[in-house]
Amino acid sequence: MSWEIIKQSLPMFQQGFVLTLYLSLVGIIGSAIVGIICSLVQYFKVPILDKILQVYIEISKNTPLLVQLFFLYYAFPAMGIKLSAQLCGIIGLIFLGGSYMAAGFSGGFNGVSKKQVESGKAIGLSNWQLARYVVFPQGFALSIPALAANIIFLIKETSIFTVIAIPELTNTALDLIGLYYNSNEYLFVLVVAYAIILIPLSIILTLLERRVRYGTFGN
Amino acid sequence: MANEVLKVEHLEKYYQKKHVLHDINFSISKGEVITLLGPSGSGKSTLIRCLNGLEDFRNGEITFENKKVVPSEKNWQQLRQKIGMVFQSYDLFPNLTVLDNIMLGPTKVQKRNVDEVKKEVDELLKKVDLLDYKDAYPRQLSGGQKQRIAIVRALALHPEFMLFDEVTASLDPEMVRGVLNIIQDLADQDDMTMIIVTHEMNFAQQIADRVLFLKDGSILEDTPGKKFFKDPTTDQAKEFLQSMDF
Repeated sequence: MSWEIIKQSLPMFQQGFVLTLYLSLVGIIGSAIVGIICSLVQYFKVPILDKILQVYIEISKNTPLLVQLFFLYYAFPAMGIKLSAQLCGIIGLIFLGGSYMAAGFSGGFNGVSKKQVESGKAIGLSNWQLARYVVFPQGFALSIPALAANIIFLIKETSIFTVIAIPELTNTALDLIGLYYNSNEYLFVLVVAYAIILIPLSIILTLLERRVRYGTFGN
Repeated sequence: MANEVLKVEHLEKYYQKKHVLHDINFSISKGEVITLLGPSGSGKSTLIRCLNGLEDFRNGEITFENKKVVPSEKNWQQLRQKIGMVFQSYDLFPNLTVLDNIMLGPTKVQKRNVDEVKKEVDELLKKVDLLDYKDAYPRQLSGGQKQRIAIVRALALHPEFMLFDEVTASLDPEMVRGVLNIIQDLADQDDMTMIIVTHEMNFAQQIADRVLFLKDGSILEDTPGKKFFKDPTTDQAKEFLQSMDF
């Protein structure tokens, strides 16, 4: 393995690194918003809307991101909707992540004890107030482990964006290999780059989980 | 009756196919204190949970302050400001401080002025000797302290009618007295109407204007407190009192 080759490739990897971070961030935030909405609708069993969202969740969970991306990138233009590759990637990631986040939040909300909900009702809280002051804060603390796993999962899923030629990390590595055939070096850098993002993040999320749990429940 | 607060007529409750409350009829007038007694599983908790809409019921009618209650969630939400309830397991919100636990109802549900409510809550906390714990979290309190806060939380809404569901049953023995004293003080106010489910027989005897004795989901006795403890009418009630070493 040649350090010289690695060094020369770093500026390109740096661009891919930044793009991976950017796409992940947007995708995670979008997924979280979709997930919160879906899970609250399902928690309070909002009529009709909960059925519609259930259909979305089933499609999202049970189709591969790869297929979702192909659909956005190749089938949408045929229907007259042309989106840039990056936008396809972000929409695809949010479409996939939304259902995972919904499952994560739902797990937390459903974990809030029935007694907490009843004692909220007993002081006259409306459904919305119950959500805001009791179910959401407690459920959020309970759902952090699942959300953390989703965050890591979604970041890793961005590697699939390479199939629609978004120049993120994986795409950068595959491109370089195609050009110069130094696969050992480029794959090495690729692994290290993902590890640099994911290992510290994973540690931070674990610490955060403990903190929020203690802040909410005291244990 | 002119000052009747609550009337229950022909109430029936099922859990799936299980018939848990049979044709419940009683009424309670302003300032009256009823204790609801009976063996475990007789339906006491289920009955008082029906009275603030935490349980639905199949047949029957509840009238609150001379108005028939239409049992929709919206209606109950309104009524729960007037019908306070305290539970066996206190159920304070662990994510909020003591003060915020108490303030939530008056300020968010009733939209009252924050400073006024704060002043009033200070008074209430002083009465139950917990003013110093106002900024503490529930996890920092003992069971008895939590239960006293739960009572204050319910009272802060200015309810006219209070339901107590075995509020001392999970407390250490030395904590029980403090909580019962607060309920006794409330009972001594002329205008506070209450239904109390309890296993503390001495307390029940002391506080009850009337006793409802429930067994297997039916009210077997509806008797003035003094008479019930001296001379219950039914054999089942006699047996029950004996089993409680009373």
